[in-house]
Amino acid sequence: MMNIQNYIQAESLEEAYLLNQKKSTRILGGMMWLKMSGNTVGTAVDLCRLGLNAIEETAEGFSIGAMATLRQMELHPGLNNYTNGAAARAVQDIVGVQFRNMATVGGSVWGRFGFSDVLTFLLSMETSVELYHGGVVPLERFVSMKRDNDLLLRILIQKKDGVFVYQSMRNQRTDFPVLTCAFSRVDGQYRAVIGARPARAMVIPDREGILDGGITLEKAGIFAAYAAQHVPTGTNLRGSAAYRTHLTEVLTRRSLLELGGIEKWK
Amino acid sequence: MEHKEYKSVNKPVRKKDAMQLLLGKPVYLDDITPKDALVVKILRSPHANAVIQEIRTDAAMKVPGVAAVYTWEDVPKNRFTIAGQTYPEPSPYDRLILDRHVRFAGDAVAIIAAETEKAALKAMKLIKVKYEILQPVLDFRTAKDHPVLVHPEEDWFPPCPVGGDSRRNLVASDVNSDGDVDEVLSQCDIVLDRTYHTKAFSQAMMETFRTYTELDRYGRLHVISSTQIVFHCRRILSRALGIPMSRIRVEKPRIGGGFGAKQTAVCEVYPAFVTMKTGRPAKLIYSREESQIAGSPRHEMEIRVRLGADKDGRIRGIDLYTLSNSGAYGEHGPTTVGLSGHKSIPLYTGNLEAYRFGYDVVYTNLQAAGAYRGYGATQGIYALETTVNELAEQLSIDPTALRDINMVKEGMQMPAYYNEPANACALDRCMEHCRKMFGWEEKYPVRDMGNGKVRAAGVAMAMQGSCISNVDVGSATLKLNEDGTYNLIIGAADMGTGCDTILAQMAAECMDCQVEDVAVFGADTDSSPYDSGSYASSTTYITGKAVERACSQLKEKIRSTAAELLGCSPQETVFEGKQVRRLDTGKTVSLEEIGYKSQVNSTQALEVTVSHSSPISPPPFMVGMAEIELDKETGLVTILDYMAVVDCGIPVNPALARIQTEGGIVQGIGHTLTEDVRYDRKGRPMGSSFMQYKLPTRLDIGTLKVEFEHSYEPTGPFGAKSIGEIVINTPAPALTHAIYRATGVWHRELPITPEKIALSLKTEAKHP
Amino acid sequence: MEIKLTLNGRPLTDQIDPGLLLIDFLRDHGCFSVKRGCETSNCGLCTVLMDGTPILSCSLLAARAAGHQIQTLEGLQEEAADFAGFIADQGADQCGFCNPGFVMNTIALLRENPDPTDEEILAYLSGNLCRCSGYEGQLRGIRSYLLSRGKKGGSHGA
Repeated sequence: MMNIQNYIQAESLEEAYLLNQKKSTRILGGMMWLKMSGNTVGTAVDLCRLGLNAIEETAEGFSIGAMATLRQMELHPGLNNYTNGAAARAVQDIVGVQFRNMATVGGSVWGRFGFSDVLTFLLSMETSVELYHGGVVPLERFVSMKRDNDLLLRILIQKKDGVFVYQSMRNQRTDFPVLTCAFSRVDGQYRAVIGARPARAMVIPDREGILDGGITLEKAGIFAAYAAQHVPTGTNLRGSAAYRTHLTEVLTRRSLLELGGIEKWK
Repeated sequence: MEHKEYKSVNKPVRKKDAMQLLLGKPVYLDDITPKDALVVKILRSPHANAVIQEIRTDAAMKVPGVAAVYTWEDVPKNRFTIAGQTYPEPSPYDRLILDRHVRFAGDAVAIIAAETEKAALKAMKLIKVKYEILQPVLDFRTAKDHPVLVHPEEDWFPPCPVGGDSRRNLVASDVNSDGDVDEVLSQCDIVLDRTYHTKAFSQAMMETFRTYTELDRYGRLHVISSTQIVFHCRRILSRALGIPMSRIRVEKPRIGGGFGAKQTAVCEVYPAFVTMKTGRPAKLIYSREESQIAGSPRHEMEIRVRLGADKDGRIRGIDLYTLSNSGAYGEHGPTTVGLSGHKSIPLYTGNLEAYRFGYDVVYTNLQAAGAYRGYGATQGIYALETTVNELAEQLSIDPTALRDINMVKEGMQMPAYYNEPANACALDRCMEHCRKMFGWEEKYPVRDMGNGKVRAAGVAMAMQGSCISNVDVGSATLKLNEDGTYNLIIGAADMGTGCDTILAQMAAECMDCQVEDVAVFGADTDSSPYDSGSYASSTTYITGKAVERACSQLKEKIRSTAAELLGCSPQETVFEGKQVRRLDTGKTVSLEEIGYKSQVNSTQALEVTVSHSSPISPPPFMVGMAEIELDKETGLVTILDYMAVVDCGIPVNPALARIQTEGGIVQGIGHTLTEDVRYDRKGRPMGSSFMQYKLPTRLDIGTLKVEFEHSYEPTGPFGAKSIGEIVINTPAPALTHAIYRATGVWHRELPITPEKIALSLKTEAKHP
Repeated sequence: MEIKLTLNGRPLTDQIDPGLLLIDFLRDHGCFSVKRGCETSNCGLCTVLMDGTPILSCSLLAARAAGHQIQTLEGLQEEAADFAGFIADQGADQCGFCNPGFVMNTIALLRENPDPTDEEILAYLSGNLCRCSGYEGQLRGIRSYLLSRGKKGGSHGA
């Protein structure tokens, strides 16, 4: 059980930031899995009163407050309209409604969890994060940055001309995924994102131009094989590296065919 | 099946406690016991096999709020079993409350009692243990005659001769047969020789193991526990603590599920020991992790089936050998294994000329197994039914037709079932009914749905028992109240299944009153009549019969008291539910008058206690059919429909019987597809939470449909047999069959994960 | 530390340990309907409503509930009884340990979506595990409640 000595609902970002410079401070996100942690926390800082819990849409893009929940993401009409429903598909199998009412988008992103559906999905768009001190950083760079004492404020998504699909494989419907796959074409550029490898999601851009000129059945197969070759996979309780490499190929091809409107998978 | 029209029996009566439960009333152990009891925690071994060289508790004792810390040095030295079984138990006496030798990762090392959970956990971290780490026995296939002994102790004691030998890591061993199976198999046109492997699945009842103990106003040990076996529990505590039974009272509140897990006294001894030592109330609530790693799961088994048949599909010989893994202790080891043969082979009594059933049950340094719904039958039926399905596929005979010609039928005697008769058997009608309801003709052929998806179907049959013949005792006390209502007091444990209600239905039927007029209480060793407890599918069949017999005896007493009031002999009266009538004059006295009379100048108590036992254990039967859609690329199995038809005799409460069936099917689906049990190289459990041990959710099960075929069991109450356990037995073989139909691959180890399916197909594609 | 919140309609002030989980706070205040079934936010047994939204009380610090409306089954007896009888008629209550969380989340579902399809019911309740019933009886119960309500007219029942 987590041992918390002090709990503060920060009144300002500056207060939260200053508190977070102490090693024993912990920023609270959705608070999932509290009972699992045996850590001792000096000060738990709650950002719940800092107005970070909204998803805002403008003509240029979306701004997702770090404290917005997965359920908000699942139900946001604009975000789902823009992503062809991929936002909802990316989160709707995560545990249950109650869980998604609590788990935050910011928590998922800050945690850079390997199993994260959210990270996989966000990486398929033009996404950046807004840090209190670090400013705006592209998500792909952020995920490989070392964890520090900064504060994650918002996730920023640029609305570009894009099409998105999301697929995942789960051994049981609400389990962590064995593999996640987001696929997008943004401003004509294709990119696959493979997550739960089980390591953190990674982006596979179409560097070799395999998909130039559009998606065909044959090209989908070639790109899927390319992805399977370039995505390192590992073994954990949910699946072996060999199975994940196999799934990388399958889900990439299926996502591509769905993106190309050739096949539709549930 | 023709049967009498009943008023209360065979009706979907609401459970007596339903609204209390649905509205969240405080009825469970942790709701009704005091908050300020000592919190008991168990320090557990990180090693699979080790001897404690030194254990230091001084630092732990100094934590403010810590009341006591106990180690192996503090506990009594007489071994016992925590298996809830009738004395003398078939399970060996191989436990101490705390042992210096810890035998699995999770075995108890020390008991901590503190004022708060926080203090107890803090103290736990401060206990210093020096272990001598021993080589563990982790593979049950090599456990027998392994150089490392799991139980080297001299005082290991088997109360029953079950073929066990601790010097060989053997818990039990036996072979029995009928006819010359080798000879018969040698004559068969086809013999399949197949080996299957099932794992130590967890019951995962929603309420974990938990016990509260205190000294009552007489200084006796009062135990409130979430248990299926109050009387066995009292005997176990008496032996473990060395105190007489008159000084122990065990009762159960509402139970948040058991499924057999709570047929073992998994956690009772720890708080009981604390209370006896400190004199203070103590409470132990297992975490989910503890329930998963130190509970009483199913026995892992490896089952080899040799099955011989002729080309026309007649199954002539079955040779079945089971290797069962009892884990670190022997609870239920000698008995579960028996069902793997005795409750699978008799399904094929039809043409069977010979059978042999042999088994070994071994110790390993893994979590001790226990009783889990199905109790060995589940494992055996999975193996045998899968072999039969393979036979059908090899002979190109429809697997349901193959069963039609081989299955046991009403009136047959079953040699592999201790020669007991199939008095009531509607298995043939279950098959016919299920075939129609499911649409077997349309669904059995494999259908390619495009995109790598295939639809296919599978089938399996099952049986179980309705008690342990010549062993189980069920009792009922029935009392007339002075307003004409009744109290029914039982020692069986309603763990959510609704036995309180169905027993009241039977009493109401017999006494010609409303179900609401029968108040039910159970179970409490101080006030309940003796009952073996709720296990072995026995409550409806055994305790139900005790209720039926108690009713007829009470009616006699009521007539006798009425006769005094009516000035005639009891023979001249008739019981009419609300009154008793004198036949010749037509004069009546009401139950109220009779009730009040029994309280004034009376020498006859209007109450009876009846015990019942049975020389036979009539099997219920069942057919299950599954339709799946299988994704050949990802290996994902989606269940579309699962349909089943059950013969449980006359269902006493069809609504509850249906729910039992649906619940059992879903547990079976979990064991087949999503629930896995894994250990690391050192024998430490991996994935011991609901985050890793994946129960099916409501999105994982497809559509369930359950119907019944009635038979009438003459020895059961109102023609009833059992329902609670059989229902878990068909999913594994039916789904295995459907997966084979979809992929052409037989999977012989559970669970069958998407990875196993996908990779097996990939390998096949590479090496056609 | 001190917190103030509204529990089942009543304002409440209490001194708590900052690490106290809402589930333990609620049970300490007599809300015994709130059950713990796991330690990993997986089972749904501890579901309560915070400002009307279903959440897992095992995964929320009581401190964050300060200033909010918390409702447990103790406070929603009538709304629950409205459909719970239909679950009882199916016998789907069974051991009952998962019932409060299931009932609470069903209340949330029906408030959000008064006329759900079977698929919507299953999806919304997927985070509520049940080991006894096999789920099908719970679905039948909700379905027959919706049907009876439809017959009585109006989407808010009798």
